Amino acid sequence: MIEKHITDLIYLLGSVTFIFGLKMLSHPDTARSGNLVAAAGMTLAIFATIFLDKTTGNYLWIFGGIAIGTVVGWIAAKKVKMTAMPQMVSLFNGMGGACAAVISFVEYTKHDFSHGGWVNIAIIMAALIIGSVSFAGSMIAFGKLNGNIGDLVFPGQKIINLLILAGAVVIAVYLSSQHSGDNTLLLIITLIALIYGVMFVMPIGCADMPVVISLLNSFTGVAAAFGGFVYNNQVMLTGGILVGSAGTILTILMCKAMNRSLFNVIAGAFGTAGGAKGGDKEQGTVKEISVSDAGVLLSYSKKVFIVPGYGLAVAQAQHTCHELEKLLEEKGVEVRYAIHPVAGRMPGHMNVLLAEADVPYDKLLEMDDANGDMDNTDVSIIIGANDVVNPAAKNDPQSPIWGMPILEVDRCHNVIIMKRSMAAGYAGIDNELFFYPKTRMLFGDAKASLQKLVTEVKAI
Amino acid sequence: MEQVFNFIGENIRFIYLLVLMVFLGIEVISHVPSVLHTPLMSGANAIHGVVIVGAIIVMGRAEPDNYLALILGFFAVILGTLNVVGGFVVTDRMLEMFKKKKK
Repeated sequence: MIEKHITDLIYLLGSVTFIFGLKMLSHPDTARSGNLVAAAGMTLAIFATIFLDKTTGNYLWIFGGIAIGTVVGWIAAKKVKMTAMPQMVSLFNGMGGACAAVISFVEYTKHDFSHGGWVNIAIIMAALIIGSVSFAGSMIAFGKLNGNIGDLVFPGQKIINLLILAGAVVIAVYLSSQHSGDNTLLLIITLIALIYGVMFVMPIGCADMPVVISLLNSFTGVAAAFGGFVYNNQVMLTGGILVGSAGTILTILMCKAMNRSLFNVIAGAFGTAGGAKGGDKEQGTVKEISVSDAGVLLSYSKKVFIVPGYGLAVAQAQHTCHELEKLLEEKGVEVRYAIHPVAGRMPGHMNVLLAEADVPYDKLLEMDDANGDMDNTDVSIIIGANDVVNPAAKNDPQSPIWGMPILEVDRCHNVIIMKRSMAAGYAGIDNELFFYPKTRMLFGDAKASLQKLVTEVKAI
Repeated sequence: MEQVFNFIGENIRFIYLLVLMVFLGIEVISHVPSVLHTPLMSGANAIHGVVIVGAIIVMGRAEPDNYLALILGFFAVILGTLNVVGGFVVTDRMLEMFKKKKK
C-alpha cells in the first residue's frame, strides 16, 4: 500500500515538472533547463511505474523495449541535421500516437465487459482513433517534409474524408454499445482511423506542415490523456491534457503568425487555389546583379538587412552568412537580420540556425521592428526566402497569401535576391518583387553566392 | 445517460483535474515569442510521451501466455520510449543553440 502512495506522490511530482517545464520552455533564458526539468520528471514517473507498481511483471520485456527505444531515439535525435528537425519532431510525435493506439488496442482485447459501462469502452475507442490518426498523419507529414510525398488533391476530397471519419465514429459507437468484444471490428476501426490520418494530411501543402504537426502533437496529448482515464493514471492524464491544450493554443498562435485560420489550413486551400492566379499578370523583366556589383553595393551601404529563409537552411549557409555580416560590420556597415515569424519550415527555424552560427541575439530583429526601419535601409539581401517578402500579400486581394504580414523589403532602397532559380516559393505563387525596378537577382546556391560575396567584399 | 453520470461520479476528481489542466495549458503557453514556437512544440511533444507509462502498465500486466499483449506491449514500450527520449534530446539540441548566443 505504501508503494501506491509513493507512486502517487511521484506522479504528482512528475505532473508539476511538466507544468514547470512547459512554463520555462516559453522563455528564452530558461528554456533549456525547462526541458531538462520535464525530462527528469518523466524519468521519475517511468521508474515509479516500473518498480513501485505491484502488478508490474515482465521486467525483461520492459527493459528490453526501453533499451531499444532509448538507443534508437537518442542516436536519431543526435544525428539529425538542423534542417531536418521539423520532420524529426513529426516522427517522434507519430511514435507517441502509435503507442497510445497500440495500448488501447490491447486494452480492448483484454477489456472486462461485465464491469463498467459503455463510457469505458468509448474512452478506449477515442484513444485508439486519435492515436491512430496522429500516427498516420505524422508519418505523412514526415514524408512530405522529407520530400518523399507530394500533395494529393482530388474533387470531393473533403466529403470523402468526412465520410471516412464518420465511419470510424459509427463503428466506435457500435462497439461501445456492445457487451462483448468484437476483434474483427476492432481491426477495421483501427484501419479506418489510419486511413483517415493519411487522407487528413495528404491535401495540405508543405508550407503548412508546422501547423499540422503542432495539431497532431496536441492530438497525441489528448490520446495520452484518454489513456490516463483507462488506467486511472494521473500523470498520463495531466501530461496528456497539458500538451493537448497547450498544443492547441500553439497551433492557433502559429496560424495567427501566418494570418490564416486553422480551418483554412486543414482545408488545404493554400497550394491549390494559388497556382493559377497571378500568372496572367503583367510581368516585367528581372535584372541580374554580378557578384562584384553586389559586393560594392553592400560595402558602401550604411544599413543592410539580411532576410533569411528556408534556402539558407537548405544550403547550410548560416556560417558563411555570419562571415559576410562580420566583414561588412568591420567596414562600418550596420548589418541586421530581419526574421519573419514563419521563415523556414517552422517558427523560430531561422533563429535556431543563426544561433548555431554564433550570430549575436540582438542582431535578429522580429518582423515589426524590422519593418519599422525598412525606409532607412539601403539594401536588403534576401537569402532563400520568397513568400515572406511577397508584396502580393499587401497588394493583391486575389492572392492566396493576401493579408499575411510580410517583411516589407520593397521599402528599402535596394533589394538583392539570392535564389537558385525563378521558381515559386512553397505557396506556389509568383513574386512580383522580383520584377520591381529596385530589385536585382543573384542566381545560384546561397552558400556558393555568399562565399563569392565574402571574397569580393574582402578585396574591396 | 445514467452510465455517463455514474462515470462522472466515479471520476469526478479526474474530471476536475482535466478541466484545470486545460486552463493551465492555455495559460502557460499564451505569451510565447514566436522564436520559441518550434522548441516548445518539440518539448510538448516529448511530454506527451508520458503515454509510455500506459505501455509499461500493459506490458507489466500481460499474462505470460497472452502473446498478443506481450508483443504489442513490447512494441508500445519501444514506441513510447522513442517519443520520450527522441523528443527531449531533439529539444535539447535545438535549445543548445539558443544558449550559445548568450555569450
